Amino acid sequence: MQMNMVSAINNALDTILKQDPAAILLGEDIGKDGGVFRVTDGLQAKFGEDRVMDTPLAESGILGASIGMAMAGLHPIPEIQFAGFMYLGFDQLVSHAARYRMRTRSSLTVPMIVRTPVSGGVRALEHHSESPEALYAHVGGLVVLEPSGPYDAKGLLLAAAKLKDPVLFLEATKLYRLFKEEVPEDAYEVPIGKANVVRQGNALTIVTYGTMVPLVKSVVEDKKTDAEIIDLRTINPLDESTIISSVKKTTRLLIVHEAPLSFGVGAEIAARVAEKAIYELEAPIMRVASPSFPYPDPGYEKYYVPTEKKVADAIDKILSA
Amino acid sequence: MYKYMLFARALDAKMLSLQRQGRAATYAPLIGEEATQIGSAFAFRNQDVFVPNFRQHGVFLVRNFPLENFFVYWKGYEDGGKIPATFNGTAVCVPVGSQMPHAVGIAFALKHMNKDAAVIAYVGDGGTSEGDFYEALNFSGVWKAPLVTIIENNQWAISVPRSKQTAAQTLAQKAIAAGIRGVQVDGNDLIAVYKATSEAIANARSGPTVIECVTYRMSMHTTADDPTKYRTDEEVAEWQKKDPIARVKAYLVKKSFWNEDMEKQTNDEQLKQIDDAVDKAEQFKPDPMSMYDNVYSFMPEVLKEERDAAAAANSWQ
Repeated sequence: MQMNMVSAINNALDTILKQDPAAILLGEDIGKDGGVFRVTDGLQAKFGEDRVMDTPLAESGILGASIGMAMAGLHPIPEIQFAGFMYLGFDQLVSHAARYRMRTRSSLTVPMIVRTPVSGGVRALEHHSESPEALYAHVGGLVVLEPSGPYDAKGLLLAAAKLKDPVLFLEATKLYRLFKEEVPEDAYEVPIGKANVVRQGNALTIVTYGTMVPLVKSVVEDKKTDAEIIDLRTINPLDESTIISSVKKTTRLLIVHEAPLSFGVGAEIAARVAEKAIYELEAPIMRVASPSFPYPDPGYEKYYVPTEKKVADAIDKILSA
Repeated sequence: MYKYMLFARALDAKMLSLQRQGRAATYAPLIGEEATQIGSAFAFRNQDVFVPNFRQHGVFLVRNFPLENFFVYWKGYEDGGKIPATFNGTAVCVPVGSQMPHAVGIAFALKHMNKDAAVIAYVGDGGTSEGDFYEALNFSGVWKAPLVTIIENNQWAISVPRSKQTAAQTLAQKAIAAGIRGVQVDGNDLIAVYKATSEAIANARSGPTVIECVTYRMSMHTTADDPTKYRTDEEVAEWQKKDPIARVKAYLVKKSFWNEDMEKQTNDEQLKQIDDAVDKAEQFKPDPMSMYDNVYSFMPEVLKEERDAAAAANSWQ
């Protein structure tokens, strides 16, 4: 069935609520309103207020209560309305969700999936467009997922629902309704920790994820570059081996993400490739990312987020090196 | 209950001495707060869930937390933080107040799963200034969650006195804003604490209660703290007169339920139990690999590589 990413996630949540009586959705405006992006539309009417629950407006409370629910045997799926508001609950994720398994030597665990919209390009207000994946990936103990389309979104979410770990499920708002894909109505899983080789090629490897996947694909198609495109899908834990083997084949690496350049996911990938494959590189590793400061107001976002031209220029540069 | 008060104080003394000898890491003593902890803990039913912050050693004792693990934990090893299935509680929580949202989440889950059980969560006077405290109380009211919050008001948040923590006349009144029950009791009165907690647990099915126990931290915040810098000996001496153990003992002796022989025998038994547990804890050998094995439910390829490299290099030898 043809679905956009909103329908695919809605469909996955519907499947999870049907399959797992311990699953429960909670968050701001997710009930009658169906969430500000309508991702949970119709689920409260179908499963009741006990399982699809509007909460008071308090991000730390939502995430902390979810941790408690998880330790008590439920499988909470909290929604934080925008990633830019999740910092109010950052402590709960970093100090507790990420640590409880370690702290108690696996005797208490926190199986939960935190869903939150990320990234820009939709002309939203301040705090509605950031890409904070590196912050959460750096902590350790948190699984960080970011699908780039409807098929992966459903499959990753269903796989996450089986994990006994805290999972961050980052949903790029720009991709919510950008395109449709064939998505099976039955349950299926996309493996966690496994990157997707979106396109095979030999001239260079482009590692990307989230909003930048369709952009990179479009540039590569336009330029008819023989690029190998890797969509991470899982940010933490990183699928290092897929990246390293691709780079060994192509000998050139470009990393593209929407999050700011400095201390980002690209830096982590570049470091790992430098450690394991530097002698096989024929060009310096390059990164295309947003500039190293916070996301601007919507008027300026077109000057901030990486553009097709910026990616195309980087490809030219790396191929001519 | 009195025996457990003695037990808690003996445990405290042992921990302080171990810490001073370098055989334990930083420790937060409970001395002075025995009535609040033991009185409330005795009100728990087996099915009730205990959510501590970091000073409720007395409650850990009443809940039969393995003593040996207690010492391993306070020596600085997560292995001692392993929660036995029968313990029905969460782990020591160091960031002040951040355990409160967990407590309300657990309380919600119990109600959601139709269990006849309550959550009893502990927080200090300092913790009541945290956003998480207010958020949890507010959630508990909206959800009518079976949550009993014990505010262990020991007058001092490290060096900041209760008067600088809030302009509110009582801490119990913070319940009013959340639309839930709030009571204040003399936290050095064992029976008053027991009674208030029992009532709150009995009422938990109809909603949450906050109980402010007014008590006193007779010693330091932790072993890294020096209270002589910020409070007077006179103040401490005033509170020593209200020592909760002395109060119960005077009552029991007067009623001829207790005497010095019984006290000595109890002390000897408890010290032996404590020493045996310390001996066992001293045998504990940390396994560095166990750190890597308790991060995720699965072993990521990249983490396995770090683990294998660490094992091969054996760099901590």
